[in-house]
Amino acid sequence: MRQASQRWIGLACCFLLPYTLAAQEPRKVEFNRDIRPILSNNCFVCHGPDNNLRKAKLRLDDEKDAHAKVLVAGKPMESELFARLITTEADKKMPPAKAMKQITKQEIELIKTWIEQGAKYEGHWSLIAPKKHELPAVKNAGWVKNDIDRFVLARLEKEGLQPAPEADPRTLIRRLSFDLIGLPPTPEEVDEFVMEYAGAKRGAAYEKVVNRLLKSKHFGERMAVHWLDIVRYADTAGYHSDNNRDVWLYRDWVIDAFNQNKPFADFARDQIAGDLLPNATNDQKIASGHNRLLQTTEEGGSQAKEYTAKYAADRVRNFSTAWLGMTLGCTECHDHKYDPFTTKEFYKLAAFFADIQEVAVGRQGQTPIMTSTQQAQVKKLDDDITQIQKEIAALPKEKVKDAQQKLAAVQKQKAAVQKAVPTTLISTSGPPRIMRLLKRGNWLDDSGELVMPDVPAVLPTMKIEKDKKRPTRVDLANWLVAPENPLTARIFVNRLWMLSFGSGIVKTADDFGALGAWPTHPELLDWLTLDFQASGGDTKRAIKQIVMSAAYRQSSKGTPELRQRDPYNQLLARQGRYRIDAEFVRDNALAISGLLVAKVGGPSVKPYQPAGYWRYMNFPVREWANDKGESQYRRGLYTHWQRTFLQPSLLAFDASTREECTVERPRSNTPQQALVLLNDPTYVEASRVFAEKIIKTTGKTPDRIQTAFRLALQRQASIDEVQIVNRLYDKHRKHYEANPKDAASLLSVGYAQAAKDIQPEELAAWTSVARTILNLHETITRN
Amino acid sequence: MATNNILTRRTFLRDTAAGMGLAALATLSHAQPSRSNRQGQPGAIQPHLPVKAKRVIWLYMAGGMSHLESWDPKPRLRAMDGQPMPTSFTAGQPIAQLQGAQLRCFAPQHAFRRFGQSGQEIAEIFPHIGSIADDICIVRSLKTDAINHDPAHTFMNTGTTISGRPAMGSWLSYGLGNEAEDLPGFCVLTSSGRYGQSQPIAQRQWHSGFLPSRHQGIHLRGTGDPVLYLTNPQGIDQERQRDVVDAVQQLNRLQDGVVDDPEIATRISQYEMAFRMQTSVPALRDFSQESQRVLDTYGIRGADGSFGANCLMARRLAERGVRFIQLYHRDWDHHGSVKDHMRGSAAEVDQATAALVKDLKARGMLDDTLIVFGSEFGRTPMAQGNGRDHHMKGFSMWLAGAGIKPGFHFGATDELGYNAAENIVTVHDLHATMLNLLGIDHLRLTFRFQSRDFRLTDVSGNVVNEILA
Repeated sequence: MRQASQRWIGLACCFLLPYTLAAQEPRKVEFNRDIRPILSNNCFVCHGPDNNLRKAKLRLDDEKDAHAKVLVAGKPMESELFARLITTEADKKMPPAKAMKQITKQEIELIKTWIEQGAKYEGHWSLIAPKKHELPAVKNAGWVKNDIDRFVLARLEKEGLQPAPEADPRTLIRRLSFDLIGLPPTPEEVDEFVMEYAGAKRGAAYEKVVNRLLKSKHFGERMAVHWLDIVRYADTAGYHSDNNRDVWLYRDWVIDAFNQNKPFADFARDQIAGDLLPNATNDQKIASGHNRLLQTTEEGGSQAKEYTAKYAADRVRNFSTAWLGMTLGCTECHDHKYDPFTTKEFYKLAAFFADIQEVAVGRQGQTPIMTSTQQAQVKKLDDDITQIQKEIAALPKEKVKDAQQKLAAVQKQKAAVQKAVPTTLISTSGPPRIMRLLKRGNWLDDSGELVMPDVPAVLPTMKIEKDKKRPTRVDLANWLVAPENPLTARIFVNRLWMLSFGSGIVKTADDFGALGAWPTHPELLDWLTLDFQASGGDTKRAIKQIVMSAAYRQSSKGTPELRQRDPYNQLLARQGRYRIDAEFVRDNALAISGLLVAKVGGPSVKPYQPAGYWRYMNFPVREWANDKGESQYRRGLYTHWQRTFLQPSLLAFDASTREECTVERPRSNTPQQALVLLNDPTYVEASRVFAEKIIKTTGKTPDRIQTAFRLALQRQASIDEVQIVNRLYDKHRKHYEANPKDAASLLSVGYAQAAKDIQPEELAAWTSVARTILNLHETITRN
Repeated sequence: MATNNILTRRTFLRDTAAGMGLAALATLSHAQPSRSNRQGQPGAIQPHLPVKAKRVIWLYMAGGMSHLESWDPKPRLRAMDGQPMPTSFTAGQPIAQLQGAQLRCFAPQHAFRRFGQSGQEIAEIFPHIGSIADDICIVRSLKTDAINHDPAHTFMNTGTTISGRPAMGSWLSYGLGNEAEDLPGFCVLTSSGRYGQSQPIAQRQWHSGFLPSRHQGIHLRGTGDPVLYLTNPQGIDQERQRDVVDAVQQLNRLQDGVVDDPEIATRISQYEMAFRMQTSVPALRDFSQESQRVLDTYGIRGADGSFGANCLMARRLAERGVRFIQLYHRDWDHHGSVKDHMRGSAAEVDQATAALVKDLKARGMLDDTLIVFGSEFGRTPMAQGNGRDHHMKGFSMWLAGAGIKPGFHFGATDELGYNAAENIVTVHDLHATMLNLLGIDHLRLTFRFQSRDFRLTDVSGNVVNEILA
């Protein structure tokens, strides 16, 4: 242990290598799991895929080349690769001293065993179907809460590490709430849980919270924040003038799909091909808006052919990252340098979407779709109309006029309902455009061969009906969710893991290709994938399984030694600790203050935004108008998503502009974030309303401070904390007493009226306290 | 003392976790700044080489300034006006909007003349820059890898067209630290002109990519709140704001004692920076201390967000220790009317640019300030109507100040100004040279990300020693 950590200081910059520190027992060496990381970290720089850096014309990433030159299967002592590792001659030794790489004895031993066993290579791990692995044996079986834990613990035990202790109950419920619904728990929820958790049935108490959150209507909102980044949902067209489009029905469909726990196959099929399904419902048509979320242009002088090509490429880029976890973008112009995808395959994928009708240059056509309420309203009004008409026929002449007026009124009502029918972008199929391979991506070059829709050859073949001339998006969706597909379910469960720990089992959640990271727990990822598939793509079940594990319930604290040894938490000997996403920073403040309007769905809204922020937008010049009333206080995900000028307080907290697929947002920590929390009227107003709540809950200052902490942080304030806050309160109370204008001025920030029944100086001073608390690192951190 | 030990350990952990070197350990106290201790942030490395440039001011002519109407005289192109562009130049070459069009030579639309004792040839629409001809070094043999604005900007700023890598200013903030007390070490100003299309400049051009986010550049706006959300809420004076920030900091520190979270130290320093910026940034725009003569030299009335005002802001930022200052002027995408539009755009930047160089010189700051003037790419020798299309194979920039050979020109394009032909300078070469002047061996400023050591110059880059004084 001591030795290991000393070595880790030396290698502080290096990633941990899967399974390389473990004590050796004779076992089957696997190339991907055991050998590839060693070669990749130590040898590939000079003996890998990069033509520019290659030394001695040797490729160790290429099985044929390596076997032809430096490997003799079964005979390590005759293999030059091995000889170079163990030689004592400085000029022969590999890696050379100047490379500053060190291969450990255990690693050399592994390579020896691998050569003895035949020095076999394997294809890229993510393209090999997940395998059923035996649940690993563990020593500390008492820690295990479900099968996930066996994989996590087995790895920890190999590394000689202990899992972190369980987090305290308040942290657990707060973590669960942020992870599952993106909102903080209420003090009452915390109290109930803490009490029940202290009792005999703590397991049941925990599960009760998990079940409640998974059933919450806010679960879908939380999941949508993630999914909308992936499919790049926005309220504007993106290019050039970046004009509005209405597609929020799709956003609401996503929320609803997660809330209904739609089986993953349907979730995928409805989005990719909902419009083509037999007797497609309105909901399925709305879901097919998925294929229309790309950026489009209205710029005069743009050439339709160019933009048709751009849109085709955009769809492949997004489809491949969103649904396959592969970056195919580069194959628009050349074959992939690292992954087995060709340019031709890029255009074959594009051909699946060639039937979608759209405007190449100009405003996209919107499709009106009635909500179920509107359908009911119209039906009722139609019935009324029929009824009145019948009555009119039977009425004596002198009474007809009145009845006709009544009829007109109802007809007017019906017209009003119809006028209010929302519109959205949906996929509409038509004769497919000709799709040809564009050489070097050049849209003007018509010499490339024509291609038909098909999936990349390295992946399982697509099954289609025998006599079908041309595969459709339905076939593509079915192929995607077929059990043979090694990628789609894997990347999806990896993302669910990421939402529960802060990063995935594959850290590059957007790239499962050769340049992406390797899974830290490959067998666990396989297990989760197979389990998800076996469950029929049950997302809520998969999430529940993850959050019920002991691994999930660990404290995020860790020890300094652990952080030094495993800075990126690849071993999972603790939970993740990170700032909550942009939308939730907002939601949290509104929820704490009580301002949050918990309504789900509907047209996008415009919270406060600094004037003039849209100055550089054009065609036409526009001004953002802050919404009033309840629209001002909706959750962050309902914010009008202007691609070129995203609402800046969301942007400051790393919200995605949604021009391209974003699977994982960066998590920055900047002065701009401090300025938003200190000065954005959203947070000043929320602080004042929060202050009113504090004042109205209790009477004495220390009690009020405790209330404030309980409301915002769901915990008691310490004596030191009370003192700091108390000092601030006293000072500001005096100031606002002496400066009533300042108080009045502060209390008038925001559209919500300040409480009239509280002394202004009192409310202003507590507003300072509330601002302080809303600005705390802890307030915006999930741990 | 105990606190210090915790802090030491914590900072060490954070720094090693972020891939930083041990050099940063030397000045740990900065991890927890307070009002009495404002000395910026230390860097991850010590300079490898003699430091000639302490800072960079990059006058970035966004949109793609035509080299043929500015720094690269091409008499042969004039002679060929209207004739088909020889296919020996264009066959198989990537072309932007002119794809498939008839390619014809288009004569330089403005005359050149010789300026200064060095006799540098510069288009006459830049008379003020002509007046500093003896201070600048024109490089006429640049080439880049991208033909559209967005990827070309990304390449010029981050050394790759793939988004998500750190901008040069972020690399410097990470490597050398920040010496400015009250300002981020990497500041960006933007202005728009009246002649070219105002192409957008995405935020990613000053993003820190995979480097810790505190190295991100900050956008200082020309008008309104100079930085979004900079102004205190109404009813909150500076003292009240300070009280709140103090309470936040104290409570955060207490919490750090409980949870031992390295991000809290960063959060605390960001709140300090935010608070200081509330004073320092508005003060930047207060030109009342500048003499009328200075304003006249720059050709400005005040801090109005114009390119000229930004040039004066750049000097003021430089004086305050900001290491990397980038001024974007969005006005150079001249697909049409290149003659009129070049004249117009040139007039927008010419005087203030020269004034900045002279001003720095007069203050003795040109010796350790590196000025870079240029675009993400050049424009085609072929006509696009009466304009020019994007062009990546050959274009010009000029540099001046710290360690740069003055009154000098270097490299050449071919006779028609199409390909960089002599002493070709790639964007990576430019970066390597700039880093060299800043005291950095470009091969040794690296950051480990996804198990690879990344650097600004990717896998290439040679220092252009010939342009160094």
